[in-house]
Amino acid sequence: MENKMKATREGYAEALLILGEENPDIVVLDADLSKSTLTNRFAEKFPGRFFDMGIAEQDMMGTAAGLAKAGKIPFVTTYGVFVSGRAWDQIRTTVCYGCFNVKIGGAHGGISVGPDGATHQSLEEIALMRVLPNMNVIVPCDAIETRKATLAAVEIQGPVYIRFGREKTPVITDEDTPYEFGKALTFRDGSDITVIACGYEVGEALAAAEELEKENGLSVRVINLHTIKPIDEEAIVKAAKETGAIVTAEEHQAAGGMGSAIAEVVVRNCPVPMRLVGIEDRFGESGQPEELLEEFGLTSRFIKKAVLETFERKKQPAANRAV
Amino acid sequence: MAVKEDKVFEIPDFKPFSGEILSAPKGIRRKMIPRYEELARRIRKALLIAIQGAGSGHPGGSLSSADILTVLFFYEMKINPANACSPDRDYFILSKGHTCPLLYSVHAAAGYFPPGDLLTLRKFGSLLQGHPDWKKLECCEISCGSLGQGLSIANGIAMAMKMDEKPNRVYCLMGDGELQEGQVWEAVMTSAHYKLDNVCAIVDYNNLQIDGFVEDVMGIAPLDDKFRAFSWNVIKVNGHDIEALMDAFESARSFRGKPTVLICSTVKGKGVSFMENKADWHGKAPDAEQLALALRELDAQ
Repeated sequence: MENKMKATREGYAEALLILGEENPDIVVLDADLSKSTLTNRFAEKFPGRFFDMGIAEQDMMGTAAGLAKAGKIPFVTTYGVFVSGRAWDQIRTTVCYGCFNVKIGGAHGGISVGPDGATHQSLEEIALMRVLPNMNVIVPCDAIETRKATLAAVEIQGPVYIRFGREKTPVITDEDTPYEFGKALTFRDGSDITVIACGYEVGEALAAAEELEKENGLSVRVINLHTIKPIDEEAIVKAAKETGAIVTAEEHQAAGGMGSAIAEVVVRNCPVPMRLVGIEDRFGESGQPEELLEEFGLTSRFIKKAVLETFERKKQPAANRAV
Repeated sequence: MAVKEDKVFEIPDFKPFSGEILSAPKGIRRKMIPRYEELARRIRKALLIAIQGAGSGHPGGSLSSADILTVLFFYEMKINPANACSPDRDYFILSKGHTCPLLYSVHAAAGYFPPGDLLTLRKFGSLLQGHPDWKKLECCEISCGSLGQGLSIANGIAMAMKMDEKPNRVYCLMGDGELQEGQVWEAVMTSAHYKLDNVCAIVDYNNLQIDGFVEDVMGIAPLDDKFRAFSWNVIKVNGHDIEALMDAFESARSFRGKPTVLICSTVKGKGVSFMENKADWHGKAPDAEQLALALRELDAQ
């Protein structure tokens, strides 16, 4: 795989251009952030199908529902923190309860937005979105997968939330990497323990797995869970049964996010020792992305530590597994 | 006169009036004002019977909007009760979802579903949910209940109609108290910004909300000036005058370049003396005795 850096928002913007070309019903709405979300590229190419809704996320969401009601396929785009937070009731009551075909692009996801600080770092949207009936939630791992996921979102009838980020991040898939909505991808096979990650953390998980194999002789499976809802129960249960321990990693609050969604599947089917790597009940702060990923415990070394500790628990008899 | 609590009241027969009106060309309908008044009266009776049967619901705002919706559905809008989702229909978006007993009664009167279904209002398994669910009942167009969201949806539909150069119009009914929601004013900006002259907002200005008088709870006056300042075409009309409402809707239809709002002066609880102008009747069901009294009053009008 190429070791290229590219922001996932680029993948979203590329997909919108392709979709705009293919389907005249595609429309895009933004809330005064089109230069940051890169929907300005769609706006330049298809000005009649782009609506700047001003700094008014709630109205933007309702307008999108109306457009969907009339047969359009709206992509509502702005920072994830605003779209999932300010417009949550509109997403719940109008979009999800009404099951309208609205696609939501949550830009600038995660702590790695950096210097803008806590108000702009979206750390809760996976939790906020995944609890809503009818909603689908996708957190792609790189720019290529974001493009594929955005293209695939149109094939799904109903609301979809796609999270992407601003910072350039490693491109870890290529054009040939399969992408199927709802289907987790095993990026690395292993038998001792499984790390399940989404978004930027997939790369960190792969780095951790490689080092763990070299340094500790551990065989670590790494799964890219790009679709958080509907969740791939089969892949999770298989990992739990075959490797007996799971660590999850996400650039999101540890509570309520992807890790929690996985834990829900695991406890229902085959409880195994688990650890959730994520942000521990804190708001973010200003800093460079790499400083923040370190401060908030999201770099590969934290995943390694969680893997080693969880693997130790796995070796204990069940009664002695308490942390 | 004691009325037995378990008495089941019958939904009035709409057919003689609704059928006659709907089969008449628009020009003739103008001469049918008394029939509209009778139809509105029956719609009021139906919604009260439905609410009493449910044991809960919102009579006050349903009664205040009854004449408006009667004119809208039976005079102004292009509707197709046999095919609720017909692509050439005009859209009606109820933003104040709690007044769905009225919407359901109007739908039943127009023939979207059998009037007897009104007796299932708010009951388990019913298509007539406590607040509209369009996935159960398509003619409701949207699912709503959390206030302040309808106009945004109406705008989205109207934008799509403009994109596709379609003539369909979009109507959105809001309560006066509902205008306290900030999203309404975001949407008011959007309608004007995108020059959505195919949007007609309707405000049921009955002056009351749950906690009391709108002006005491959180004032919204001067409403006409506010809408004008937001670049809307404003029409003030008596929301209980059938002919004035017909004129107002006609005027809105022919106005170009701006969205129109009909600010309708109404009486909360209109038609039932003991409910009129009483905030208490916002969200309370009459018991059988009160219903019997209300129906007798309506019959006498």
